[in-house]
Order: sequence, then structure tokens, then C-alpha cells
Amino acid sequence: MSTPALSIRDLTKNFGPAEIIRGVTLDIPPGERHAIIGPNGAGKSTLFNLISGLHRPTSGSVHLGSQKISGRKAHEINRMGLSRSFQVSNIFANMTVRENVRCAVLWSLGTGYSFWRNIGNLKHVQERTAEVLETVGLIDKASLPAASLPYADQRTLEIAITIAGGADVILLDEPTAGMSHSETERAVALIERATRGKTLIIVEHDMSVVFGLSDRISVLVYGEVIASGPPEAIRGDAKVREAYLGDEAEDSPMVEGAA
Amino acid sequence: MTDTLSISLAPSQSEKFRTRVLPFLIMAAVLVVIPLTGPSRTTYSLLNAIGINMVFALSYNMLLGRAGLLSFGHAVYFGLGGYAAMHAMQAIETGTGLWSIFPVFALPLVGFAGGALAGAVIGWPSCRRAGIPFAMISLGLAELVAAAGFMFTSLFGGEEGVSGDRMNGPELFGLSLGPINEVYWFIAAWTLIGTVAMFAFTRTPLGKMGEAVRDNPERVEFVGYDPQRVRYLIFIFAGGFAGLAGGMAAVNYEIFTPETLSVIPSGFVLLMAYVGGIRYFAGPMLGAVLLTYMQSNLSDFTEAWLLYLGLLFMMIVMFAPSGLAGVLVSISQGLQSPDRRDILGRWARYAAGALLAFTGIVITIEVAVRESSGFGEVFEPFGFALAPDNPVTWLLALGLVGAGGWVMRSSGSDKEEASS
Ligand SMILES: Nc1ncnc2c1ncn2[C@@H]1O[C@H](COP(=O)(O)OP(=O)(O)OP(=O)(O)O)[C@@H](O)[C@H]1O
Ligand SMILES: [Mg+2]
Repeated sequence: MSTPALSIRDLTKNFGPAEIIRGVTLDIPPGERHAIIGPNGAGKSTLFNLISGLHRPTSGSVHLGSQKISGRKAHEINRMGLSRSFQVSNIFANMTVRENVRCAVLWSLGTGYSFWRNIGNLKHVQERTAEVLETVGLIDKASLPAASLPYADQRTLEIAITIAGGADVILLDEPTAGMSHSETERAVALIERATRGKTLIIVEHDMSVVFGLSDRISVLVYGEVIASGPPEAIRGDAKVREAYLGDEAEDSPMVEGAA
Repeated sequence: MTDTLSISLAPSQSEKFRTRVLPFLIMAAVLVVIPLTGPSRTTYSLLNAIGINMVFALSYNMLLGRAGLLSFGHAVYFGLGGYAAMHAMQAIETGTGLWSIFPVFALPLVGFAGGALAGAVIGWPSCRRAGIPFAMISLGLAELVAAAGFMFTSLFGGEEGVSGDRMNGPELFGLSLGPINEVYWFIAAWTLIGTVAMFAFTRTPLGKMGEAVRDNPERVEFVGYDPQRVRYLIFIFAGGFAGLAGGMAAVNYEIFTPETLSVIPSGFVLLMAYVGGIRYFAGPMLGAVLLTYMQSNLSDFTEAWLLYLGLLFMMIVMFAPSGLAGVLVSISQGLQSPDRRDILGRWARYAAGALLAFTGIVITIEVAVRESSGFGEVFEPFGFALAPDNPVTWLLALGLVGAGGWVMRSSGSDKEEASS
């Protein structure tokens, strides 16, 4: 088997006396769409924070491909090809939509901390920015201030910033939270388009999205992965039903997800 | 296809010219036209001081307005850059080594190097933190460097400072830099260079990421940039341009004293930038014009001019936090809006109220200042004696403030009703 795109080993995180992540081990092969589900407060966002370098793990390790990323700084991890979104929109609110995306493409295009080039003359930056804006469908709103966007568009911008740098491993934290049914459908289509050929890890509460999108699902409860496998196996897993899915499984999200 | 997209995304050529080139052409034209009006020596020295302060205030705004870093010690870089230029001026005079071929005209470059070097050393520890820790560290360092300035006499010249003579070394552009009108050209040239360079900086990737760090340092990390590094690099440039202004001041005044490093000029540059408007590139330039003018002229009219400066600052913070530039922008927007007659009427009332209240405050301050200086002098505006022991004086002052406040309030509440 080839090296996993992301490999998590015995990861733990304590906040003071509270053990929030309690020994997570997970291998995600390249190109997989992996959903992480679990009840509120299970530690899903914390897991993302550990992987992406926002917080340091208490113990355990994370590898991106063959390189160890746990213990590195967030910006280094991002440069190595792992990018994440946030559950609560975390955008540059005072800038325009275009400037938001432009900030996110700069590093990947090798611009660095350059202070001798006019950003307006960097053709590849303009082109890549336009390309991302077109992919996510925000091109018509490119010159609006990000703060003035409606909620669903801010969530889209959040995804745009995450994918703009061209990272191979994408972590999305509840990208469709708070969206209406039609907005969710559009967001899912966007996620599929934007992460084609990449490794995707997504935290999601909407079961139709989860079962429709993912190749594999891991269930996180109280900081532990209690089950991990393809959607059918997770749906049939007694422990999962008991701990998390409950009645929701009976609503047959598979039908919705397939629609 | 992406080609047409990027073209439609970016501003048009004419738009770029209007917003990015034309203002500097106008500035250059104004700088060239000023000497044709035959300014007096006093006017020239005021203009030179304004040019220096414009560059200084713009360099301060690289930190405060653009990168969100509140510094209480920016004069350190102005001063150290100025001292570097002063020592270079002395070296030009004695003609040691390479300095014998260094023109005095280029001394601001030495100032830039000195300020940037100081920024690189001092910024290393202080840029690790933003917000309040950064502000406190900058204040502590300012005290420290100013104290060192008074202690290390060989370098800073003690109380007398270090002085030099600018009429040495090779001449550039046929300027001997002796008479003040020749110094004017020197200041004008460097003011333009500094302004254009700092504007250009805002358009670079580093400049843009500085704004991103100001708005959301956390997210910056997740697009691959290190916010500490961004802050540090910008800090070095801000130090460099402050040093450039210091180099201009070295040539203009031919002397630098340790006071220039202290928290007083550091506070003054904060006032200039804030009063002018830190959210606009040209804001600090407006602030530099107004405050330099107040500093040199108002002090001739009244010994209480610092009180007025404080009052102005408070007014801006409370009523116009986007500064003079913000006021100008909203006036021009108001003039363009369809219901401009209403808006203008409201503003006129507001301004009239402010004028009334201000008159009351002026009376209070002027009467009080004269009384407390103890020479029994009476404030007599337009030959109308306002004695401190005359109740009419205080009734007048209070009445004006009250009436002005009421007028301002009533026009302000109109505004809220109209917008709701
Ligand atoms: N920085 C922190 N300091 C202390 N406790 C924290 C911190 N971050 C998260 N926690 C705690 O860790 C637990 C897990 O939080 P987390 O946000 O990871 O849950 P989640 O699975 O993402 O939940 P949700 O579905 O609501 O987003 C919560 O009890 C939370 O209070
Ligand atoms: Mg969460």
C-alpha cells in the first residue's frame, strides 16, 4: 500500500485536566474523501486544530505523506500542502472578496514576502485569483467587501480561501453548517468540483451530505474513533447507531444523499 | 479566458491612472509651484518642517494604519536615522575616506539605513507580539533609547546634541543647500520620493499581507504566511522611512539632540497620523500639514496651544474617528448624493453648533490661562474685556458651550432619524 496522504498516530490533546482527544489513530489514503462525524463537543474541530498546527498535540504524531507535521507551525504545515477551513467563518472581513482570495494564492505562487514587486503586475496572481473565484462562483461579487456578503457566500469564500493555495490535503470543518437546503446542495457540488483528485477530510453534521460525499467515515465520540469504514459499514454498525446516529439512521439518508 | 477575467477584475487603466498616478503628479506640481509664489523665509521653514513630518507620519502609518501596530516609540527610528545622517554629515565635512564623495543631498539614504537597522534590531523582540504587548514594549524601548541618548555623550552629543554643516561635499543638481530656498528643493524631492515609495509599498505582496495580518492574523497562518515575520519586515521598513525623515531633518536643521528620540515626538507623530486619518493613505499627510502648522503658528497666538492640540485630538477620536481624511471623504460623498441639500443643511447646523461650543471653550481656556499666569492680564477679544471675576464671562462661556452642544445634538438626532 502506498503511503497515506495523512497519517495520525495515537494523537491526544488535554486542555488542562480535560482529555479532549484520547488517542486517535487514522490513516487516510491519497484521493480519499473522508468524513468525520460525531456528536457536539466530541472533539472534531480540536482534531482539525491539532492536524493543522493551530494547537500542539499533547502526545502522538501526524504525518503528511512521509513528513512529520505535528509540532510544526501552522504556516509551515500549510506550505507543505495541507489547508483547512474553519467552522466559524474566518475571512479577511475588511477586504474585498478578490483581495481575500488573492491573499490565499500568494504564497503558493512563490511571491513570498516580496516588497519589490507591484501586486497588480503579477499576472499569474491575477489569473489564479480569477480562476478560484470562478470555480467557487464568486466572480460577480469579486469587488464587494467580504463582510457585506450574505452568510452562505461567506461560507463559500471560506472554502475558496482554503482551496486557493492548491493544497493536496483539504480539511473542511462543517462547510454547510447553517445553510439552507438549496445552498447546501450548491456547496456540496462546489466541494466535489474543487477537491477533485485531492484528499478531503470533512467534518459534517448533515448526514445526507456525509453519506453522499464520502468514501469512508470515521465516528468520533468523546475524543475517540469508535468506528471507521465505508458508509454502509458505518450505517450498520451497532455501536455507532447507539452512540451517535440514533433515529437519524432510520430516515435513510442514503436516499437523500444519492438524490 | 482567464485573461479577460483578470482584466475585468482589475481596475481599468484610466481608473489606475486616476487613483495611483494622478495624485502624485498633482503633488509634484504643487511642490514645483510653491516657490513661484515667492514664500518668505518663515514660510519656507514651515514648509520644510511639513515635508519632514509628512514622511515621518506616513512611516508611522505603515505600522498603525496598515499593519495595526500601535507604537509609542516611533521617534526612536526618526532620531537614530537622524543621528546616523548627522554623523555622516560630519564625516563629509572632514572628508574621511569614501564620505568625501558622498553628497549631502543623499543623506536621507543614510537616515533610511540607520532607521531600518534600528528597526531590525529592536523589532526582533518586539514584533513577536501584536496588540497591547507590542504597544507597551515600544513605550519601554522609547524610554530606554531616549535615556541612552542622554547618557552616551560621544554618540549623541549630550544636551547640546550633534551638529554639522550641510554646505560640504559634492553638490547635486547645482544645489549648495546653503539658502533655505535650496533646502526647500531638497525637502520637496525627498518628500515626494518617500511618499511615492511608501505608497508603492502598500501595493506589494508584503504590504498586502500586512493588511491581512492587521485584519486577521490567525487566518494569515493558514494561507502560508508567518504573521510575526510579516510584522517584523514591515517594522523594518517603517523604521527605515522614519529614518529617512530623520535624515531630511538632519540636513534641514543641521543639529540633532537626544530629545528627538523621546516619547514626546513619538506621541506627536501618533497625533499627526490619527488626526489626519489612519485608514487613508493621505490621512497622515493632512495631519502633518495641520499639526505642523499649529505647532509653529498657534504657539505664537496662545500659550495654551497644546491644550488646543489635545482638544482637537479628543474631538477627532470622539466625533470623527476616521480623521480629517474621513471627514473630507464623507463631505465629497455627501455632495454627490441625491439628497445633498438635506445633508448639507444638517452639516451646516452641526458645524455652527460646533463653532459655538468651540468659542465657549476658547473663552474658558484663554481667560483661565491668563488668570493662572498671574500677571492680571485680561482676555479682550475684539476689545471686549472678559475679566475672570466677571460672572458675564462665565455665563457667556457656559452659554456658548451649552447652546452649541444643543445645536449639535439636535442636528445629530436628525441624522439618526433619517438613517433609520
Ligand atoms: N482551546 C480550548 N481550551 C479548552 N477547551 C477546549 C478548547 N477547544 C475545545 N475545547 C473543548 O473541547 C471539546 C471539544 O470541542 P470541539 O470544538 O473540538 O468539538 P466539536 O466536535 O468540533 O463540536 P461541534 O460539533 O459542536 O463543532 C469541547 O468540550 C470544548 O469545550
Ligand atoms: Mg466543531
